[in-house]
Amino acid sequence: MIKIENLKHYYTDSDGNQVKALDGVDLSIEQGEFVAIIGANGSGKSTLARHLNCLLLPTEGRVEVGGLDTMEEDNMWDIRQQVGMVFQNPDNQIVAAVVEEDVAFGPENIGVPGPEIGPRVAKALAAVGMTEYAKHAPHRLSGGQKQRVAIAGIMALEPKCIVLDEPTAMLDPQGRKEIVSTVQKLNKKKQITIVYITHYMEEALAADRVVVMEKGHIRFMGTPREVFSRVDELEALGLEAPLAAKVASELRKSGVKLPSGIITDEELAQALCQ
Amino acid sequence: MSIKLSHIYHTYSKATPFERLALQDVSLEIKKGEIVAIIGHTGSGKSTLVQHLNGLLQPDKGTATIDEVDISAKGTQAKNARQQVGMVFQYPEHQIFAETVFEDIAFGPRNKGFSEEEVAKQVREAMDFVGLDYDTFAQRSPFQLSGGQMRRVAIAGVVAMNPDYLVLDEPSAGLDPRSRNAVFREIMALHKSRGIAIVLVTHSMEEAVKYANRLLVINGGRVLFDGEPGLIFKEHGAELVQVGVDVPQVYKLADLLRQRGLKLPEGIKDEMALVKAIKKVKGWK
Repeated sequence: MIKIENLKHYYTDSDGNQVKALDGVDLSIEQGEFVAIIGANGSGKSTLARHLNCLLLPTEGRVEVGGLDTMEEDNMWDIRQQVGMVFQNPDNQIVAAVVEEDVAFGPENIGVPGPEIGPRVAKALAAVGMTEYAKHAPHRLSGGQKQRVAIAGIMALEPKCIVLDEPTAMLDPQGRKEIVSTVQKLNKKKQITIVYITHYMEEALAADRVVVMEKGHIRFMGTPREVFSRVDELEALGLEAPLAAKVASELRKSGVKLPSGIITDEELAQALCQ
Repeated sequence: MSIKLSHIYHTYSKATPFERLALQDVSLEIKKGEIVAIIGHTGSGKSTLVQHLNGLLQPDKGTATIDEVDISAKGTQAKNARQQVGMVFQYPEHQIFAETVFEDIAFGPRNKGFSEEEVAKQVREAMDFVGLDYDTFAQRSPFQLSGGQMRRVAIAGVVAMNPDYLVLDEPSAGLDPRSRNAVFREIMALHKSRGIAIVLVTHSMEEAVKYANRLLVINGGRVLFDGEPGLIFKEHGAELVQVGVDVPQVYKLADLLRQRGLKLPEGIKDEMALVKAIKKVKGWK
């Protein structure tokens, strides 16, 4: 689905210094995969995400989406239809005064014929569990609901991949759960490829694969279990493993024998309370 | 020394079809030196509430006083009282505007009418507090800094006003774990050395239990619970989830371990305490 080869993105800041936001990234993402990207502020996560639908173009290297090179200008609209983006602040992403009109904005914009728009909007709202809010005013919804409307707006474009850049940063705990379960559902039931950037490690547990970034490079990647077992390395990168992994790691350090790869509460409970 | 809200009501878009009662009959007192965390789901009334703490919003009914001065009044006394409350809004770095870090932080104290010498002193102290080295950063453009650094500049701008009460609306949103910890270390140091009150609006239950000595849970424009964070999380877990907030992860994990037969004590607030308690009940050294 997505192939990134030796991707470099350099820019010059206003002091005239060259900034290497991405410095040689290789990453392949399969159709239907759920990939979480974690890393400290400034590690290059968002810069990487913005290359996936031509918001940014490589300084060097290649990004291919569904076999299309992002550097080719003619490919841009095709790629943007395949890869939708969701950002932090739901309020900045909502354009209409009624939920269903907001969701219809995308398909109208790309010239989907009128009679097809209604069914697409209905399908998209159903996919994010917002059908009953179709006639509501978006600004009166909760943060989680607004963010789901933003996701529906992308689903209405029938993309293959959705890139979410810290979609829960401004949400309350309830909203955070809503978004994670919505994204999981789209991935499992509709086979949408998900690229999910987050600072909340608990959310990254839902992914098939976790990519850890530092200073424009991929430091390591693997299943959530492989990545979150590396408690000390994560800490050195300014990140945090999930609580159960940290507790297990502390216990091991003081000599307690525990099975390796404990990352969830349930696994820790089983190891401790046989 | 305290901020007092008594029987505050606030309605948005009054006398329009969008009329909405955002606060109903809220009474509370925040004393100097307290660290109060405020939690509640989006739209519960948290932000409306904190905007009454320094007169940014006026109540429809009820009164707000700072150190016994009614802040809805006109005149210098009320204005001075309002200035005792510093506000750091969500994503404060979006409010940075000056060409250098120094100029941005100096804006507040200058407005207060301090001499240039005092302004410079306040800026230096404020930068010290938030961990930005004066010589390195004062003359830089704030827009060249990282997200975490920009947020510190914004907080320094409020600290330089020397407030008695500091209100922070989600100061850690969008920051990575390390920057989150750094920002809180500085806020706590500020609390300790100047004895100011901290009011922390947050979506993170972890932050609430780790840093606050008092927790306010807001729901439907009312104060649902007001008390010691540990106690509220322990006694009212199910209700908290029902109103769209949560209990800290460490409480959930400790509860699960208790259910499975580990006799852990109550009141475990962080991972190190949990590790210690597990070792103790297991007889591990």
